[in-house]
Amino acid sequence: MVKKIYERPIIRPLNSGMMNKFGTRTEYLPVTHIDGVSVKSLIAQYGSPLFVFSERQMRENLRNAKRTFENRYPKVQFAWSYKTNYLNAICNVFHQEGSWAEVVSRFEYDKALHNGVPGDKILFNGPDKTDDDLRIAIKNNSPIHIDHLDELYRLTEIASEMNAKPRVAIRVNMDTGIYPMWDRFGFNYETGQAWDAINKILASGKLELVGLHTHIGTYMLTPSAYGVAAAKMADLALGIKNKFDTKIQYIDMGGGFASENTLKGSYLKGSDIVPSISDYAEVICTALLNAGFKNNDLPALFLETGRALIDNAGFLLGSVIANKRLSDGRKATILDFGVNILFTSFWYDHKISPAQEFGMHTEDTVLYGPLCMNIDVIRENITLPPLNAGDHVVVHHAGAYTVTQSMQFITLRPAIVMIDPKGETHVIKNNETLKDLEHNEKMPAYLQKFKLT
Amino acid sequence: MRIKKNIAVSDTGFIFNPSSGDSYSVNPIGMDIVRHLKQNKEIVEIKHAIMSDYVCDDATFEKDYYDFTMMLRNYKLLEDE
Amino acid sequence: MNKPKYTIAVTGLNAIDSPGPGLAIIRGLKDAKSFDVRIIGLAYEALEPGIYLHDYIDKTYQIPFPTAGQEVLFERLSYINSEENIDFLYPNFDAELYGFIKLQKHMEEILGIKMVLPTIEQFEERHKVNLYDYGIKHDIKVPKARAIYSTAEIPAAAQLYGYPLVVKGKFYDAKVAYNNEQAAQHFNKISAQWGLPILIQEFVRGSEVNVCGIGDGKGNLLGAVPMRKLYITDKGKAWAGISLDNERLLELTRNMVESTKWQGPFELEYVKTVDDEYYLLEINPRFPAWCYLTVGAGQNQMEALVNLAMGKEVEPFKSYKVGTMFIRYSNDLIVDINEFEKISTIGEL
Repeated sequence: MVKKIYERPIIRPLNSGMMNKFGTRTEYLPVTHIDGVSVKSLIAQYGSPLFVFSERQMRENLRNAKRTFENRYPKVQFAWSYKTNYLNAICNVFHQEGSWAEVVSRFEYDKALHNGVPGDKILFNGPDKTDDDLRIAIKNNSPIHIDHLDELYRLTEIASEMNAKPRVAIRVNMDTGIYPMWDRFGFNYETGQAWDAINKILASGKLELVGLHTHIGTYMLTPSAYGVAAAKMADLALGIKNKFDTKIQYIDMGGGFASENTLKGSYLKGSDIVPSISDYAEVICTALLNAGFKNNDLPALFLETGRALIDNAGFLLGSVIANKRLSDGRKATILDFGVNILFTSFWYDHKISPAQEFGMHTEDTVLYGPLCMNIDVIRENITLPPLNAGDHVVVHHAGAYTVTQSMQFITLRPAIVMIDPKGETHVIKNNETLKDLEHNEKMPAYLQKFKLT
Repeated sequence: MRIKKNIAVSDTGFIFNPSSGDSYSVNPIGMDIVRHLKQNKEIVEIKHAIMSDYVCDDATFEKDYYDFTMMLRNYKLLEDE
Repeated sequence: MNKPKYTIAVTGLNAIDSPGPGLAIIRGLKDAKSFDVRIIGLAYEALEPGIYLHDYIDKTYQIPFPTAGQEVLFERLSYINSEENIDFLYPNFDAELYGFIKLQKHMEEILGIKMVLPTIEQFEERHKVNLYDYGIKHDIKVPKARAIYSTAEIPAAAQLYGYPLVVKGKFYDAKVAYNNEQAAQHFNKISAQWGLPILIQEFVRGSEVNVCGIGDGKGNLLGAVPMRKLYITDKGKAWAGISLDNERLLELTRNMVESTKWQGPFELEYVKTVDDEYYLLEINPRFPAWCYLTVGAGQNQMEALVNLAMGKEVEPFKSYKVGTMFIRYSNDLIVDINEFEKISTIGEL
């Protein structure tokens, strides 16, 4: 007789309106493979936990986004948002697809240069640029997106010193009818700050104003806000044309397009409510095309979307360490990855699937990470089939901000692999070792020895 | 350890406690265990029966069995001892 | 004459003290003259009374809550459809409508299940938060309102509308405030439950009148019955109501449907002021629980909607019986535990 697959015995109360599933069928299907490669073999080969990126999905995302915008607007340029995920292999996939680089620090700037991005194709954003950063950017002819007046004045001085005319854009913030309004970055539109800064730049003649940049928020579920923003940006560009007879080369609409992750507290699933790229493209392009630019004055449209291009291409594989019963009767499962690796679980209810076949019964479970810290909770409540120690799980939509925001804390960070379109697996970052970590540590001579009795 | 006399498990894994009015659902292994307990079997016998039907090791079963019976006690489905 | 027989799935079987419209719709469908029906109930909870009303519902299946996502819902509907071959589906809960609207094309093309629903634009536009702009766009009188995100914005809004004003939640709940402190209190209470934004709305004094009707999506009003609640429960739901002779209200409704090209069933909630002005308070994009009154008054709107979906010529209703009343009653069903067991464990009954 063939023995049946063992499943932990479970019992759950039925009445009191607690039934929120249909019968005893489960919510998720098991996910046993990623791009044709089995989860089991990936973990066997590279260990658990493990980040896995699908190159096919990344390229598909960018191609689809490009096509969607280019069908509606004549000049479109994407710039890869380094902070979303700056693993070099990931950046280069996007660069191979034609994306420029968008960076917000010197560290990211150097990374982009090192990856081979020409200086004039690196957009330098962010409030933190030192004198040295500005000099390097001027030398490389990179568009510098000015965030505040201090930067504007400083840059003007440095340009004089260097006898150069840097290419600049200003970052503009504005009321687009959404909340919260991101007014901490750049110059405000409604109060006239932005127009004032533009006047200062063009009147001085020391800087070359090539673009206007905005970034209205993050995880934006309301595409119409981009329509409002694009119209206001166009209004500035047209104002510049009228007053100074200067053509703005590009309008940079930033990023903020949502991915299919589910924000905590959201009633509906992220995948059900996020707008598609074409929803965003439609309002942005329509607003720009209808703004009243003469045909050859139409500025290029720059986009710095990160999350929407990478989130669904990243997975985190992990394993069950143990199960336990909490004092209030809830089931808890401890996984081998925590909030140190999956930082995004602070604001997302990540979709998590078992990586093996299971029965029809489920249990409400808390998912904990392995850290000896109370905050280490991956999901406060999830309905999963009973998992046994050693079983594997797959976290979905783990491509954006997970790797860049992960921290080395208590445990070492895992390896990262990429599956190429042919189904071959490549390590793109080795797992951290004790040696890596201690590489920069220094031990004063008098502390080198001790004796415990 | 004994399941209360007036408690029965149906073929669909439905358990009704007539003295409290509460009802529960169990999965097939849970159903098997409840039925064994109804027949006053000891853990050794139950383990033997389950392990001859399912692919499972000793330690895993004991751990899960302990947790399951704790839940049965929690839901007041066991006779007081 | 050979009548067709349709298999129609209906949600909203919670005929409880604050009832969903499912059973009222099923009664309308059973009364239909132009077709026969087999009714499939779709339930979320094992205790929805409709599940156990076998005179009305031939078979019930549990479906996943909207929070489980459209993919899971579609999978479940595919299974149910493979058993039942559904011709038409009536979603009835506000919270589920978004998902069904998004799935509509899929359901018709792959499963052959028809629905008549507002478009996603119509659905979004008429949301409470957007209603004021909606009114301006379509030339419909609505109370002035603005969305706020912090109690600091209350005094400015109060200056615009004066006290009293209404503090409303994004989805549910509305309270009248007579001063800044009270408004802030309501703001905190409602935002804690329903999130932001909070709507600050001009208070319009008057009596509430409602209209139940259907639009064909091309600007034509196919049927409409105005009703005034005669008595309401402590939850603000109708206990009894009566159909009204009110040409002005029908005119307003006709204009709304024409201007918005509304598609599908709707309930409009108006306030009639002492000066005989009508303000639109809410558009519910579905039939209300009292929709069986339209059948009683001579307009079987549920039947008409199915025929519309089936591509039949649907003549707009020209009249209805004024003074038709409904009085809601509750009733205790006697149910065998075996039935509860079945729906609870296998999700079908």
